[in-house]
Amino acid sequence: MSPFFFWTASALMLVFGAAVIVNRNPVASALSLVVSFLGLAALFMSLDAFFIGIIQVLVYAGAVMVLFLFIIMLLDLRAEERRRINFVAFAGGTAVAVIFFGQLYLVIGHLRRAQLPFAALPVAKSDDVHSVGLLLFGNYNLPFQIIGVLILVATIGVVVLSKRELR
Amino acid sequence: MVTLGDYLFVSGLLFTIGFAGVLLRRNIIIIFMSLELMLNAANLSLVAFSRFRVDSSGLPNYHGQVFVFFIITVAAAEVAVGLAVIVALYRARRTTHVDDINTLKF
Repeated sequence: MSPFFFWTASALMLVFGAAVIVNRNPVASALSLVVSFLGLAALFMSLDAFFIGIIQVLVYAGAVMVLFLFIIMLLDLRAEERRRINFVAFAGGTAVAVIFFGQLYLVIGHLRRAQLPFAALPVAKSDDVHSVGLLLFGNYNLPFQIIGVLILVATIGVVVLSKRELR
Repeated sequence: MVTLGDYLFVSGLLFTIGFAGVLLRRNIIIIFMSLELMLNAANLSLVAFSRFRVDSSGLPNYHGQVFVFFIITVAAAEVAVGLAVIVALYRARRTTHVDDINTLKF
């Protein structure tokens, strides 16, 4: 976990995350979101969570982003026209976000244990796919199967919602 | 040396970006993307906590990573359903601007 790698990946993630909400063109936003998620996957890998990092790239940068781009192009959305900004709502929203982050920063700053460095892992034992798989099919077997049912329900729901006539 | 606090700081900043996007943007698809940013910020802090809590065998606490796996799965299902709702909404109203979708507004 070198600090240079950490701050590079964080800057990539945060800059492109900010680009998502600054861009006027939805396609540019979706592509910024891909880069932001790739930076996040790099951060997962820096935390020795290789399985989660790979899943992040496959599911988000792969499947979810294709879905977003497909919908944006299906609806043929252009860069949105400029409307009159409601300044009270804009200032209120910015203030709430800034105050929220200030609170969070103070809380993290007061966590004594958060200032400790991470403990080193034994080199030969870091097979996280094995450990996560054992937990997933052992301790968390019931939630795992419920997730499967949830995905089935979501699939059926999407098909029903996408029918041309809703009754 | 990178500490747990640094990861929590970056995660909080990412959450704030998503939060600001939901509050400030009026395009429903961008709002949806901001929701994804917030979910992923929570994932980052969960993985950081998982790596921080090294147990007696010298391995990270993998329960947090299993939770992140579940969050990613539910988020993928949520994206599919949400985008289907947006498509149905666009067919009915021909708009993705939330100020034009105010039938339920008091």
